[in-house]
Amino acid sequence: MLHIKCPHCGMRSQNEFAYGGDATVKRPELNKEVSDQDWDNFIYNRKSLRGKHKELWHHISGCRQWIKVERDTATHEIFKTVKANEEI
Amino acid sequence: MQKYSIFSLIKNAFSNHQNWDLAWKDPTPKKEYDVVIIGGGGHGLATAYYLAKEHNITNVAIIEKGWIGGGNVGRNTTIIRSNFMYDENALFSEFGMDLWRKMSQDLNYNVMFSPRGIINLAHSDAQMNIYARRGNSMRLNGIDAVLLNREEVKEIIPMADFSDNVRFPIFGALMQPSAGTARHDAVAWGYARQADSMGVDIIQNCEVTGFDIVGGKIQGVRTSRGDIKVKKIGLCVAGSTNILAEKLNMTLPVEAHLLQACVSEPVKPVLDNVVTFGAGHFYISQSDKGEMVMGGDLDGYNSYAQRGNLPTLQHVLTEGIAMMPFLSKLKMLRTWGGIMDMSMDGSPIIDKTHIEGLYLNCGWCYGGFKAIPASGWTFAHTIAQDRVHKLNEGYSLSRFNTGHLLDEKGLGTKTWIS
Repeated sequence: MLHIKCPHCGMRSQNEFAYGGDATVKRPELNKEVSDQDWDNFIYNRKSLRGKHKELWHHISGCRQWIKVERDTATHEIFKTVKANEEI
Repeated sequence: MQKYSIFSLIKNAFSNHQNWDLAWKDPTPKKEYDVVIIGGGGHGLATAYYLAKEHNITNVAIIEKGWIGGGNVGRNTTIIRSNFMYDENALFSEFGMDLWRKMSQDLNYNVMFSPRGIINLAHSDAQMNIYARRGNSMRLNGIDAVLLNREEVKEIIPMADFSDNVRFPIFGALMQPSAGTARHDAVAWGYARQADSMGVDIIQNCEVTGFDIVGGKIQGVRTSRGDIKVKKIGLCVAGSTNILAEKLNMTLPVEAHLLQACVSEPVKPVLDNVVTFGAGHFYISQSDKGEMVMGGDLDGYNSYAQRGNLPTLQHVLTEGIAMMPFLSKLKMLRTWGGIMDMSMDGSPIIDKTHIEGLYLNCGWCYGGFKAIPASGWTFAHTIAQDRVHKLNEGYSLSRFNTGHLLDEKGLGTKTWIS
């Protein structure tokens, strides 16, 4: 089982979290011209890296805050967790 | 090639089965091929087989990083079905069902195809309505579908929980009687043996390290066992799709996720069919050895680990016990995991790409095994003719751009949310 250190609550079990996917994906800026390609990249296309992967998790059965986690997708080692509004 | 039959079996019995031919050779890669298939799983092996059989292209190599049958083709729960509602999925899968029925004779290899029927349980009136609709759609496409009421389901699977105080009572089910299972290893070995006999080189323990692309055209592939000149490459590497896409500077609507399966200790025959739980994601069948073969949800986060995590397994088996309480008495024999290439609408991609000579086969999500023959057949057509077949027209890569999604399961852009 993964143990994820919530930046707000401390070390918690994976059971308390919901996964939110790639944290590096950026929504195209509002009120600007958006190409189909930009939109595809935001909605569908993913790198799905093997190794270090920056991702979102939702502490849904805890403080209910979204957080960012850097995790190895092959070994599941967690390197770093930060608040959602911080850079990882 | 040595033909397998009762006579060859008897003949070889006299020499204590010491003189059987090797099922496939272990060649060193040549300098040049007409087609290179990357990925020696079920789909890759079937593609090479149909390239040779249907299109007479035999100067083909299959490059496999590990070994034949070591990936998802040896890790799945062996379920074969075509109970889809959308035309694209239904016609493609039903074409595959025909190939499954003929496969043992076609390959001269007993794949133990067992059309035992799949039963999708319904747990509410609304779900019965949905299943009736899906069943009707299936029948319009020539696929067998039977809507069962509670009593009829009870006749077939009396060991399921039909008591009054369950959280998810069984209202009925949709059954596809022609669905079933097959011996998954035999499928890989059967395709490998036939492909090899027609001149395909199966190159194992050979990792792709890069591609030679000049002016937007494939010129070759670089591997751990030397460079190979080739004009056409078929990529069907399932869970490793994103890794190879990165080497091609492509970003695809696919993510790698882990799916677990497990088997119980072997018990006497108790379950004749494949049964799925309708109030969650759990499916079960009984293998010929007597083990209960079970699976369900993804672990839920990007993973290349090929091994699972307990919370998901516990969640899946909780559903199993809710459906068939006797399962709680069984001991678990093995659990394992495989890496799924989860596409963003839950349907696969079999298409050409913007790189000339590069063909893509990926995004099989939970349903790769059953698709092996149809996927191999259509992918071989796509590569040989340099155009998609009518059967895989709907599985285009551009559908994510044009909005023609095949969201059969209604899971939207995140198939791993369930």
